[in-house]
Amino acid sequence: MLDEKSLKTLEQEQRRWEQTTLQNWLKLSPERKKEFQNHSGIPIKRLYTPEDAEALDYMRDMGFPGEYPFLRGVHATMYRGRLWTMRLFAGFGTAADTNQRFKYLLNEGESGLSTAFDYPTIMGYDSDHQMARGEVGICGVAISSLRDMEVLFDGIPLDKVTTSMTINGPAPMLLAMYVAVGDKQGVSRDKLGGTTQNDNLKEFFAQKLCIFPPKPSVKLTTDIIEYCARHLPKWNPVSISGYHIREAGANAVQELAFTLYDGISYVESTLQRGLKVDDFAHRLSFFFASHNDFFEEIAKFRAARRLWARIMKERFHAKNPRSMWMRMHIQTSGCTLTAQQPLNNIIRTTTQALAAVLGGTQSLHTNSFDEALCLPSEEAVTVALRTQQILANESGVVNTADPLGGSYYIEALTNEMERKAMDYIQKVDEMGGAIVAIEKGFFQKEIADSAYKYQKETDEKKRTIVGVNDYTTKEEKCPIELSRIDPKVEQQQVDNLQKLKRERNNKKTKETLEKLHYTAQKDENLMPTIIEAIKSYATIGEITEVLRQVYGEYKELIVI
Amino acid sequence: MQNMRKIRVLIAKPGLDSHDRGAKVVARALRDAGMEVIYTGLRQTPEQIAETALQEDVDVIGLSILSGAHKTLFPRIMELLRQKDLTDIMVFAGGIIPKEDASQLKKLGIKEIFGPGTPTETIIRYVFDNVPERT
Repeated sequence: MLDEKSLKTLEQEQRRWEQTTLQNWLKLSPERKKEFQNHSGIPIKRLYTPEDAEALDYMRDMGFPGEYPFLRGVHATMYRGRLWTMRLFAGFGTAADTNQRFKYLLNEGESGLSTAFDYPTIMGYDSDHQMARGEVGICGVAISSLRDMEVLFDGIPLDKVTTSMTINGPAPMLLAMYVAVGDKQGVSRDKLGGTTQNDNLKEFFAQKLCIFPPKPSVKLTTDIIEYCARHLPKWNPVSISGYHIREAGANAVQELAFTLYDGISYVESTLQRGLKVDDFAHRLSFFFASHNDFFEEIAKFRAARRLWARIMKERFHAKNPRSMWMRMHIQTSGCTLTAQQPLNNIIRTTTQALAAVLGGTQSLHTNSFDEALCLPSEEAVTVALRTQQILANESGVVNTADPLGGSYYIEALTNEMERKAMDYIQKVDEMGGAIVAIEKGFFQKEIADSAYKYQKETDEKKRTIVGVNDYTTKEEKCPIELSRIDPKVEQQQVDNLQKLKRERNNKKTKETLEKLHYTAQKDENLMPTIIEAIKSYATIGEITEVLRQVYGEYKELIVI
Repeated sequence: MQNMRKIRVLIAKPGLDSHDRGAKVVARALRDAGMEVIYTGLRQTPEQIAETALQEDVDVIGLSILSGAHKTLFPRIMELLRQKDLTDIMVFAGGIIPKEDASQLKKLGIKEIFGPGTPTETIIRYVFDNVPERT
């Protein structure tokens, strides 16, 4: 961004500095390491100068907040207008237990709900299924039918709060339940706001909670996108997720690239339904991790926004600027938390949350400091929420849009992340798309290699983790009380479910399930039929079983 | 030749959770240390794990679980190994397992439980030092 003459002077001056001041200093005090790198393996220079941002064209590459290419943020005033949504992922025990936690969090100033389901629910098993034994209500809330969902949102008006649901395979069922609860509360469907994660592609190589094979899984994802575009205008049908990709071991560039590739795939599958890109693209939302390397993460969020805007404009010819904006939710990185000296996790979470805010997120979850040991206790959750409130109200970082924009380092890193992500995107294009890449184990292998490299670097102490491989404490005492799920929850939940199965109109339930079986064999959008089945109190397990019969089950491709 | 046999390890993932990062890293580390490693993949029932251990004739089983269902699933796995007369297999485990649960599980015959942050080298050494002698 400098003129040629100034650049030349700068180059000369830099050379002079290197040969004099720098050399003299290095003689007195050598650097701590030969090479400095971030997590993606990008070498970090000693110093960044205007030369590193030389190729940037302000209007082409940066622009203004709220305008293409959205590098500086999706909203014109960013946090001067509205703060990000403080949304803490919560769920445990029965629906009644989680309902209480939801109300507690809302009362403490949380601005949106986020639901964690237990593993049986996520895998499409009812609480009384054999595979559910020992897992009911442990890692999330147990939801088997609409009746549980009614309890979960009891006393929470769905037109006043937005709800995110971390659910993928059974996303159509959970969305149907949310719609049904809304109907009961008298909330019209155009007022229902929230997000279904519904990103089935990343399941095959990252979160790995897959039920059906890739093609029907993408079909179900697309059913929700299409249904929402037509009937639920305020719902984010999919949260295209890098978080799990990162947690599974990917580095920041891989997280960025693979997530955006999944996004490209959903745009393509929805276009095939005959929708126009501007009919649905503005409702696609994204979800990233915020890991430890502060500037790398900020650059990643900025690069993600610009790259997505460019893809939507250049590849999909979107016309509406809102189709090009990337709204994101960020979660601080769970895999960076340590079981050792757990209070240190508060500090890790704080710097990661700060990176998310400086990266311009719309929504944020902060982890609780006890999460490497157990499900978060109320005390730990409160600290996590207060962390966001302190950043928002005390730190002053919210006072201007994209405060790090124009930093030579940040801009150079943003460019580099975008370029490297683009290389991956091209590679997967050449391979034939996301499903082919999954079937070849490409994403899986890339992630497994990065995970192994990260562990080796930690074991060899090339990477310091405080309290784990350095600054350790002998005879550590656990400073906190671990939260525990009452083992009675499983039996309670099973009893409730069996009661439901006795009391509902079983003839009607059976009819709706048969209709679903019929519809699933045709190439129709399943959402209306699933809503009917859910309203007749068919369970998640029953509906999933029908779909398993039609679609088959995914058999894991093992890549070590 | 019997003595030349490589140590055979089954890395198994019981439970519904899908956190396989640790299991895969450990599988690879043991393999790089010269062992023969079989990885089961996700969501294996106790029955499947015991059966694979038998079929694959393993010396060691490493169980990885992060879902919190260890108190239900580990006793069942140990019981099935007993029924199949596989009690000479050395079983260790890893994951999010609270200390007081760990001491209970050790009473069932699980030899060691590694928590988060354990270096792979510690696990490799442990397996070398504790692998049962083959008769």
